[in-house]
Amino acid sequence: MTRVRIPPVLRTQVNGQKEVEAAGSTVGEVMHDLIARYPAMGEQLMAADGGLHRFVNVYLNGQDVRYMQLLETPVAERDALIILPAMAGGR
Amino acid sequence: MRADPVREISPAQAQELIDKGAALLDTREQNEWRAGHLAGATLLPPVEVAARVQDVVPDRSRPVVIYCAAGARSLRAAYALAQLGYQEVYSVAGGIGRWKAEGRPWELPANTPAVATNPRYARHLVMPEVGPEGQAKLQQAKVLFIGAGGLGSPGLLYLAAAGVGTIGIVDFDVVDLSNLQRQVVHAENRIGMKKTESAAMTIRALNPEVKVVQHVEMLTEDNVDQLIAGYDVVIDGTDTFETRYTLNDAAVRHAIPVVHASVFRFEGQLTVFVPFEGPCYRCLYPTPPPPELAPGCSIAGVLGVVPGVMGLLQATEAIKVLLGLGDPLVGRLLIWDALDGTFSEVKLRRDPNCPACGVGALARQAQTADATFASAS
Repeated sequence: MTRVRIPPVLRTQVNGQKEVEAAGSTVGEVMHDLIARYPAMGEQLMAADGGLHRFVNVYLNGQDVRYMQLLETPVAERDALIILPAMAGGR
Repeated sequence: MRADPVREISPAQAQELIDKGAALLDTREQNEWRAGHLAGATLLPPVEVAARVQDVVPDRSRPVVIYCAAGARSLRAAYALAQLGYQEVYSVAGGIGRWKAEGRPWELPANTPAVATNPRYARHLVMPEVGPEGQAKLQQAKVLFIGAGGLGSPGLLYLAAAGVGTIGIVDFDVVDLSNLQRQVVHAENRIGMKKTESAAMTIRALNPEVKVVQHVEMLTEDNVDQLIAGYDVVIDGTDTFETRYTLNDAAVRHAIPVVHASVFRFEGQLTVFVPFEGPCYRCLYPTPPPPELAPGCSIAGVLGVVPGVMGLLQATEAIKVLLGLGDPLVGRLLIWDALDGTFSEVKLRRDPNCPACGVGALARQAQTADATFASAS
């Protein structure tokens, strides 16, 4: 299982948890397993074409998966994924 | 010749020898010298003293008075000089510290900026990383805050305190009671006042040496170029995606670094966008999320201290950029989770296809410039 850090804006979709576990051998499989467990997150993370929304960044062990193999990036047991949608608040 | 060529003497004895024509050496580091030295002294830092003393005092029979900060380094140097054949070497016991404590005269190196003697900045001036030069740089610096709100408040206070010479503030809003849970640059008796004026009042009270430029307007495509031109660093304390993208694109055009932060409830994010050195905001997020995925603080709420901490980190990064210190957060996004009490970091990259700073965007910009040039000539 891979640890997935949930951003504050999506925590209501996972019963307030900061981190959840999901299974898969690639970033895409982990994301799909995550959405299978918490279906409300689907639309917020993935675009209609099956790729990640462009306003959602995913980091595997601190590295942006867009500069690796995107959803095909291999994930090992102890890896950590961070989901990071853009946020604007400042006032 | 005396049995021991080295002797420790008091400042009074040193003055007497100097008046009689003894050579005077200061064996400290550059930054200590810049904070003040004795009149007529020559600086020979400890690592150079043995190699360079012959150039400064060719006559080894001439008495030499040598001092440092407290008397330890000068005593070691005195023995080194004796070994080189100097016949009379006097180390000032207690060094320049004791000299100053006795109220004896000393001076600053020529061309020292006035700010170097300003006691307001004493804690900066003694740090080698800032010192008189750094303080003078801060005095010359111009920093623009977009927003005098939750993020801007602490940064405005600390950059004013630090002696940043010119602080611009862009904000069209007025102070509201609901702001005061976190916007500490304002005050309850200023509810209804323009935020720029309220912030300027606080800054004047803290450091009247700072020039505050108030821009009572909303940052838009139409005025952004005019607003940011001439500033050395921009601090992004806005709260809408639209403003953040507008600012980003203009900052890339003007090659001005932007210290970026955003907050949400118990979490903050921070990075520094230095155009063409690291990624820009559009490299990170080319398009904004739909509103339901990115509610602002007025809807989602924010713990008051969270923008406070992030705003202070922005001020810290701005000072690092202005003084060329350390490793600014360029190409790195810092994520602070206040509830966990953890900082984490992810790596950001420049997107070669970025619509703002990528290769294509630069080519388009060059074309526009050429077209402008062609129509003008």
